[in-house]
This record gives sequence, structure tokens and C-alpha cells, in this order.
Amino acid sequence: MENLVEIRGLKVEATTDSGRRLDIIKGVDLDIAPGEIVALIGESGSGKTTIALTLMGYTRTGCRISGGSIHVAGKDMVTLSERQRAMIRGREISYVPQSAAAAFNPTKRIIDQVVEVTHIHKLLPPAEARQKAISLFKALSLPNPEQIGDRYPHQVSGGQLQRLAAAMALISDPKLVIFDEPTTALDVTTQIEVLRAFKSVMKKSGIAGVYVSHDLAVVAQIADRILVLRNGEVQEVGSTETILNDAKHPYTRELLSAFEPKPRGDQLDLAAEAKPLLEINALTAGYGPLQEDGLPLVRAVQEASITVQKGRNLGIIGESGCGKSTLARSIAGILPASSGKLTLDGRQLAPSARQRSREQLRELQIVFQHADTSLNPAKSIEDILGRPLTFYHGMKGSQRSTRIDQLLDMVQLPKALRSRTPAELSGGQKQRVNFARALAAEPKIILCDEITSALDTVVAAAVIDLLKELQRELALSYIFISHDLSVVEAICDEIVVMYHGKKVEQITPAISKIPQHPYSQLLFSSVPKLDPNWLDSLERDPELVKAYAHA
Amino acid sequence: MTLSTPFSSKVSYSFSWVGMVGLAIIVFWAVIALAAPHIIPYPIGEIVDEDYFGPMSSKLLLGSDYLGRDMLSRLMMGARYTVGISLAAVCIACFTGTALGMAAAVIGGWFDTILSRFLDALNSIPSKLSGLVVAAAIGSSINVLIVMLAVIYTPGAYRFARALAVNVNTMDYITVARTRGESILYIIFSEILPNIIGPLLADFGIRFVFITLLLSGLSFLGLGVQPPYADWGALVHENISGLPFGAPAVIVPSLAIASLTISVNLLIDNLPKKIRDRSA
Repeated sequence: MENLVEIRGLKVEATTDSGRRLDIIKGVDLDIAPGEIVALIGESGSGKTTIALTLMGYTRTGCRISGGSIHVAGKDMVTLSERQRAMIRGREISYVPQSAAAAFNPTKRIIDQVVEVTHIHKLLPPAEARQKAISLFKALSLPNPEQIGDRYPHQVSGGQLQRLAAAMALISDPKLVIFDEPTTALDVTTQIEVLRAFKSVMKKSGIAGVYVSHDLAVVAQIADRILVLRNGEVQEVGSTETILNDAKHPYTRELLSAFEPKPRGDQLDLAAEAKPLLEINALTAGYGPLQEDGLPLVRAVQEASITVQKGRNLGIIGESGCGKSTLARSIAGILPASSGKLTLDGRQLAPSARQRSREQLRELQIVFQHADTSLNPAKSIEDILGRPLTFYHGMKGSQRSTRIDQLLDMVQLPKALRSRTPAELSGGQKQRVNFARALAAEPKIILCDEITSALDTVVAAAVIDLLKELQRELALSYIFISHDLSVVEAICDEIVVMYHGKKVEQITPAISKIPQHPYSQLLFSSVPKLDPNWLDSLERDPELVKAYAHA
Repeated sequence: MTLSTPFSSKVSYSFSWVGMVGLAIIVFWAVIALAAPHIIPYPIGEIVDEDYFGPMSSKLLLGSDYLGRDMLSRLMMGARYTVGISLAAVCIACFTGTALGMAAAVIGGWFDTILSRFLDALNSIPSKLSGLVVAAAIGSSINVLIVMLAVIYTPGAYRFARALAVNVNTMDYITVARTRGESILYIIFSEILPNIIGPLLADFGIRFVFITLLLSGLSFLGLGVQPPYADWGALVHENISGLPFGAPAVIVPSLAIASLTISVNLLIDNLPKKIRDRSA
């Protein structure tokens, strides 16, 4: 059977600020048979999205296809004129973006945007297009398929909007659909519904697909074949089964091993006397004007009581909007708690950071998710790390300089980095500097707010290993906030599950890994596994899904 | 400390020729303003031409004015007032505006609200009008002019700095500094200022142009720099009757104003760009 897509020797080059040309895709070959779903997988900057976009003959600003051919259904997208490409885009090849929320026009009704393609290419009369859209909504198992299109984008949930974006892509009966990380921004409990909907629609319609993702477990559920990319080159290509079970290339193995559950190395000594380090007692925090009862209008965290033991780690897990970050911010005193008590090492902490003593501030440090915004771009790494040394410990001159070297050493960064600014570091390096700054204060406890979620799988695994090692050396405790269960399991002695601002369960993996609360059960079972049959064999209690997932 | 890793942190700048032309003209006028007393060919008050509104000649390079005084000398001395007063006023306006704007962004709350509304009120008075009123009420010495121009342009500088600082203030590194227990002064000058200095410099340039134009406008109306001194606006004003004769005396100061303001604009639109190229 002839291939639908044949890419041969594709090269894409980008022009830098100084006018230098740089190859970002270095000779990639790719075949897609009709009805086949091929996944492009790799870390950020590997060129996966760039390749997917070239299938439509499109490159981002500053980039240009500099070599090779891209045959889609017999036409070479490279040599076509822009007008001819526009005829094909949306009709034969369509695109589902990463963030549907950003891709929909907030001022227009959803249905009008979904059928717009049929109008542009004059494929169907409006009434028929509407009928077709509704049948697609049904196929994508959207609630109220008849009426949902009459809503505006802000009136539906993120998971629904992502499926509506898929309906927009499928309405023209394309030959090829490009999915660009369509579930990355969704919660795991929501992701499953979206993946299921995509999978069943694609199987039924026999449309070929390109699925771009950095998440191997997600890709394993939906793709027939996987193409592993790194630095614009194909590392390995093979059927999903072969890649998962019999990977040849060292990079693919590295990717796979980052997924393997790594339970906490040093077994928790349960017999050891537990000394509470941080006690959080019935903490309530939120936003908006204070009500008559003295509590804020929107209570993001309600009556949370958590205890962190000395030298042990606590994980807080939950989906977006469950209040986990608000909890971290009120522990750190950024958002003062409206009621409840915080005790650090036997001494009570004031709700607001401003009222806490310098010593108390030093003992409790917070590390944020985005290293990009946590490091001042106008300062050198040296200044960033040096400030807490001077501020808390009064260090100056050579003493300070030696300590900066030690800190860089601790987080395994070369000393040569000290004169650079954050913009000159990679994402993983930035997160290490971010962490080293917290270490510089010599704290007793570090609050880590989603510190690995902006990093690539392999880099994140390395950061987690580093945290474990530092803990052994420095007798630290971490509060580790994440939406990613595998990350939390890898480092925490206790796991707190939060839902709707409330702590629903506390699990000690060393004693029992089986969650009791129905929401925890749903959450734990929703984490994708590397098994390609996981999605099909996963059975979820529909009542439970209805109660807790916002798909 | 030198670096041996693959991508070096060497930073280079690219500067377009349009920006260079702008910079050259600004430097030219700055030099003229500084050196004027030593290089003027004739004393500015001396009548050196038998005719008034004389044409350009080898003796009087830019012709003569309405009293037959040398235009070149008057223009050179005028540069001192136009550039000097504008520069002093813009420095005061930008310094106060920026400091208050950053403080308002960081402190927030009542401080921000009251200061913003007060400066909004000041901003709502048309600048020429307030200039006219002040000049009419307390006369116009050079010091009064500087303070008046600075006060008129402070609210704009405040707004601009506040808007920039508010954006930076929401960054996590500011939160980190706050939770570290840093003082407000440290946050303003060490964490925020280095990140907004580029746009602030561009704003400084634009405000300089505005002030130059307002000063020239006031002088043209006879309310700015008073005789025997004359800035460029005053030169246009006193020689306006030469317009029907096509006298250089009225055209040259106008061109001088235009050349200064346009070149400042050219420069700030084409400031040197930092090139970040990791592996170059």
C-alpha cells in the first residue's frame, strides 16, 4: 500500500539574531501509511513540533525548510505555493493545538468555529455542517452534543475544549490529523477521557495521525509507531511494541528508564521516633473579600492539617485547582492564612512572611515551578546565589565566593556558570540554580512547588535523584507539591491527596500503597502506564468519574 | 572568569547606521552647547550686519537676524539653553517619576492609589496651559522653567515606570526576595530596576523630545527663555517676521529643533541590540 506521507531528508534551518544559520532538523525521513498513527516523541527542542508543522508546509517565524521533500497524498508541500498550501490546510491535513483554550476565539460560539473550515473550503452547506459537527461531538463523547456548540469557549471545561478542537480538525474528513501535545495541559483524570475519545474516533474513521508528545506513556496508548527524536535527528523508529519492549538506542532506553517507578531508596525506619518539624493545624486560606465569619470568599484551602517529620518528606498531590499551590504559598507566608496554626520546630509562625523573623524565614525556603521567572534575568548566577549568603549569613568576599562554588558543586553544576545570566542556562540548569539558592539559606525544610513539571522526563529524573542525595547529606525535609504521582512516589515518605481544597487522604507508601478514598483511587488509577493496552483495559467506575473528573 | 563550555556568554551588540546617525547629531549638538562661548564668531548681542534678515554669506554663515546680529552665534548659544534646560528638566522628571512609580508598584495598596490619583490629576491639565499659567503667575526664570517642565512630565514618567514595575513585580523572583525578608528599597533598586532600565532609557529619550518641544513652544509664545538670552524657540519667535523674506534666521533654528528631536527619536528606535547567540 502506498504511503500517505513520505518525508525524505527533511531539513529545516533557523536564522539566529546575528544572522547565522542553524540546522534544527537535520535530515529526517518519515512514512505514514493511511490510517496509521505515528507518534513523534522527544524532549523540548528536539524538533518534534517543527516536523509536525512542516507536514502542512508551515514553519515558524525565522525558520525555513532548507532541503528534502514532504509528500502528502502525492503533493510535495515544499514546492507548492502558499495559495495551494492553504487549499490543503484544514481540508486534507488538520491540526489540533496544545492549548485549545488559546486556539479558540473567546468571542465566538464554539459551533461557528468548528464548522468554519467547511465554510472556508466550501465543503458542506451550513445546516449539514452543523449536523456533522453534532455527530462528531457525539463520537467524541461530549455531554449534550446538541447544545454544547452553542456555548462560548469559556463555558466548557479544558478537557471538553480539547475534544471540541479535535472536532474542528475532523469535520473536513481530512486524510491526516496532527495532534500537538493535546493532553499535556490536562489533569490525569481528564486526560483519560480525552485520549479515549481521540482513540475511538481515529480508529473508526481510519484517518492517519501524527501525535506529538513528550510523554511516552500517553503515546503508548494511541500510536501504532513511535519515532524518537533528539536534536533534530531520528534516534530510533519502530512499532510501539518494539520501542517499549526492545529499545535499541541508548537515548530511548534513558527515556524508558525515567518512567520506571523508583521507590524511595533508603527505607523509612518506622520504628524511629518521629519528631515533628512543621505542623500545620486546620489551615484555611483563600482569596477575595473577608466574609462575616472572618474567612475569605473563595477558600482555596480548607482546614488542612498536615505534619512533616524531621528528615522525612511529604508529598502533596492533586489536580489543578485543588489548592495545593495555595497551601504552599500560605505555609511560606506569601498568602497569609486566614485561620489555622503553623508551627516550625516548636515555634509558632506568623501567618504573613512580613511578620516572621529572619531566622524563621531562613529555615523555611520555597522553590517555585518556573525557574525562568524565579531567577532575576538581570543578575548573574553568582549574584543570585550570593544574596542569601550575605543576607542571612553576612558572608562577604572570598568566604562568600568559596560558598558559591560549594553550592554549585552540590547541585552538580560547573563553577564556570557563575558569571552567566539565567538566560544562558538550560531549563534543568536553571532549576538547579533555583534550588541552590534555597540551599544557600541552610534551611530546615524546603517547599518544592511543582519543581519538575516544566522539565523534560530525563532531566526531571536527574533533578529528583539530586534532591534525594542532598537530603542524605544535609538532613533536610521536603514538602513536595506535584500533580505527578510518579514524581511524588519517588521521593516522599508520606503522600497527602488534596481535592477541592481539602485533604482527603494521607498515605504512607512504606505501610500501604493502596488508597482508600475514592478520589485517591481514581487519581492513582489514572496515571498512564507504559503498557499499550493500559487504556483499553482500564476500567473506571462511571459514578466515580462523574463525581470527581471534570472531563 | 573565562568559560570553556560550548556556548560562551560573550555578548555582542548590533547597532544600525540609522541609530548611529541619530547619536552623531546628538553628540554634535552637545559639543556645540558645551563649547559655544569659545567658538562663537561674534558676541551674540553685537549688531554686525548693516541689513536685517541678511542672507547666508561667507562673513555671516547663517545670515543675520531681525536686528542684524550674527545668527550662527545666536544659534550656538541657543543650543545651551534648549539642550541644557531640557536635559535638566528631563532628569528631574524621570528620576522622581521612576522612583515613585516603582515604589507604588512594590508597596501597592493605599500608597499606590493615592499617589496614582494625585499624579493623574496633575496629568489631566494640558501641559501648554499649565506652562502658560505658571509663566504668567511667577514669571519665567530659567530655574522656574526647569522645575515647571519637570513637574509637567513627572506624571508620565511615573505611569510608565509603574506599568513596567507592576509586570516585573508579579515575577517569582520578587516573591522569593520578599519571602527572604528583603527591604522595599532592595527590591526596587536591585531586583526591579535592572529589568526595566532599557525601556526607561527609551522613555527618557522620548520625554526629552517632548520637553524640548514644549520649551520651544513656550519660548515661541514669548513665555519661555527671556531676552537677552534666547533658546531656539525664542529665536524662531523673534525672527518670525523674516518668514516672508525667506530669511535663514527663521528657518535655521526651526531646523535645529527638528534635527535634535528627530535624531533622539532615531536613536531610541535603533538602540544597540544585544545579540544572544549561544554558540556563535
